[in-house]
Amino acid sequence: MPTLLSAWFNSHQPNLHPPSFYSLSLFRSSHPPPSPNPTLAMALSRFASSSRSGSLLKPLSSAISLRRPISTDTTPITLETSVPFTAHQCEAPSRTVQTSANELLTFFRDMALMRRMEIAADSLYKAKLIRGFCHLYDGQEAVAVGMEAALTKKDCIITAYRDHCTFMARGGTLLEVFAELMGRQAGCSRGKGGSMHFYKKDSNFYGGHGIVGAQVPLGCGLAFAQKYSKDEAVTFALYGDGAANQGQLFEALNISALWDLPAILVCENNHYGMGTAEWRAAKSPAYYKRGDYAPGLKVDGMDVLAVKQACTFAKEHALKNGPIILEMDTYRYHGHSMSDPGSTYRTRDEITGVRQERDPIERIRKLILSHDLATEKELKDIEKEVRKEVDDAIAQAKENPVPESSELFTNVYAKGLGVESFGADRKEVRATLP
Amino acid sequence: MALRNIIGKRIGNGIGLVGRRSLSTATSDVENRNAKSMNLYSAINQALHLALETDPRAFVFGEDVSFGGVFRCTTGLADRFGKARVFNTPLCEQGIVGFGIGLAAMGNRAIAEIQFADYIYPAFDQIVNEAAKFRYRSGNQFNCGGLTIRAPYGAVGHGGHYHSQSPEAFFCHVPGIKVVIPRSPRQAKGLLLSCIRDPNPVVFFEPKWLYRLAVEEVPEHDYMLPLSKAEVIRQGSDITLVGWGAQLSIMEQACIEAEKDGISCELIDLKTLIPWDKETVEASVRKTGRVLISHEAPVTGGFGAEISASIVERCFLRLEAPVARVCGLDTPFPLVFEPFYMPSKNKVLDAIKATVNY
Repeated sequence: MPTLLSAWFNSHQPNLHPPSFYSLSLFRSSHPPPSPNPTLAMALSRFASSSRSGSLLKPLSSAISLRRPISTDTTPITLETSVPFTAHQCEAPSRTVQTSANELLTFFRDMALMRRMEIAADSLYKAKLIRGFCHLYDGQEAVAVGMEAALTKKDCIITAYRDHCTFMARGGTLLEVFAELMGRQAGCSRGKGGSMHFYKKDSNFYGGHGIVGAQVPLGCGLAFAQKYSKDEAVTFALYGDGAANQGQLFEALNISALWDLPAILVCENNHYGMGTAEWRAAKSPAYYKRGDYAPGLKVDGMDVLAVKQACTFAKEHALKNGPIILEMDTYRYHGHSMSDPGSTYRTRDEITGVRQERDPIERIRKLILSHDLATEKELKDIEKEVRKEVDDAIAQAKENPVPESSELFTNVYAKGLGVESFGADRKEVRATLP
Repeated sequence: MALRNIIGKRIGNGIGLVGRRSLSTATSDVENRNAKSMNLYSAINQALHLALETDPRAFVFGEDVSFGGVFRCTTGLADRFGKARVFNTPLCEQGIVGFGIGLAAMGNRAIAEIQFADYIYPAFDQIVNEAAKFRYRSGNQFNCGGLTIRAPYGAVGHGGHYHSQSPEAFFCHVPGIKVVIPRSPRQAKGLLLSCIRDPNPVVFFEPKWLYRLAVEEVPEHDYMLPLSKAEVIRQGSDITLVGWGAQLSIMEQACIEAEKDGISCELIDLKTLIPWDKETVEASVRKTGRVLISHEAPVTGGFGAEISASIVERCFLRLEAPVARVCGLDTPFPLVFEPFYMPSKNKVLDAIKATVNY
């Protein structure tokens, strides 16, 4: 994209930014703004092609520096989400989202990091360095990243077993992830949890749960504690479309609504509960409506800006009015876990279709490129950087030792309880549980 | 026709690879005609096919059973018997079991599958409070005897906290239900058919490690093995070993090793945990004077404790040594520490020697 850096700087003034993405073409003021197009991809390509033809306001990608100052630019950019929100028992928030170049590039980097991390985990599993269970999140990155953008570290997040990326979003490091996956000491749960049990106390990430649906009542309990302590913080309890049919969810929701708890129940609807399609498991796959008396919002979970908007809205709502359900319409490319090829219950065409039309990283990439916030080369460089980071973390994690054998007995009870644990036959191993 | 079980290597034990060897079946309690070599999940599959064939009011349901189930135990059932009799349920264990109890109360044979025994706890209330007590509290007007709950249990080498648990002890504490655990494909088929046709609610735990690993000659015809009858699968005179499920193959290996040291071990497969066959175990203890119980579940409060207390009560004066228990440790089922947690062959062997030399 041949452009002039100086020209861009001169033209880059706040009042030139239009309110709507679709009418960004100022130089074409004679043309009426195109009507919002349901498919973002199509709209983007239409816009991109129209803007390339003879605009003097386009910035130049400098081949001199890798990092352009633009990546930290926080000037607000206003965009629209891909589709409007659908609301149940409440007013849907606006489609118009405020973001900035800095934020978009951060989103891109974070999601690319998560994607690369999950794919690397796939290879590690196949190489038998990761054993046990591994449930990958690629395809759903926008939910983790968008949610984090709307929250503070005082807000709590609790989720099920597909938790690698949520952990990363909450501030986890790659080393902690890979070490935990491989069962090493440097892991976030000291190697004792594994893939399904990532936790991060200092950023209020409550994990990481294997039993389906069991984390939601826990989440409502967290919300109660937050309300009691007047934290002005909320809890996001995530679950999947499979878990949505668990009775304990409705129990938790009833209690939260009764007591006006600041709990937000987020259904990450990737349309398959392991191998069962949602329409075969749920009488009403409109998960956002299943709260009945509790308001709900349906969100395009592949659009990180929509997720951010919805979560901001939900947080405000929950602090004032009690629980709300968010249904994130998302998709996972991998199967349920590493032992599931993911293609016996859905067609490969479906998977590639979603990858082409709705991939969250591609969406942000196109946004960035069409807004000239970075060049393609820069984005590719970010991806390369990210790849290297992941590789380095894996190498480091491989060096890390497994936990000490005595760790088998630690943390069964609280410290100092002095309970004895017996090994085989009560003769061999006698350990006082620390 | 020589009966031979071939149980493959049980790797991941951390102690060492185990070579192929036979689990000797001392009694041939089933006719051997038309026996075919098959593994555990195929044997269970056959049993289910027979159950549905012989009883038009039998149903199989659970999570993902329609396409065959995550362990392939229910393959072919939906195609053969139709979606009205073999169907998937949503992800709700409490609902599945409650639903099964109701179905059984109307006189049907409800065969419910809980995908992993670790997930059975939401259904625990239904099993303990509803299923176990239905006949009792209605004065025999109603019962849910047609209910059979199948669940894969036990360690599998990489299962971690929630795919490896052995919850049999929780259910052994509930009068009103039966708990049955097979040790091999041949046993599984016969026992499962007995459980399904038993007029009491039964919880049937299948050792998931053996689904593919255990291969045996299994007769193709319809046969049932008696419940509440333990089986002496290896004769001996120095010490009695009691176990069930996948743990028996470990104990068998320990017995063979002990043989080299001149210790003659008698191995008993309990098969039904409640109501358990006290007579057989007692008779064996009276013969040997020593007993060792082994199971994967944590030692404190495991079913071994019940067996131990019962034997001491009944055979106190005959005992030459304290009752030994070689079980899992008192910790949650660990992730990377599984080899340390498991009651391995060496632990059992050590305990055998310690008991014999007491």
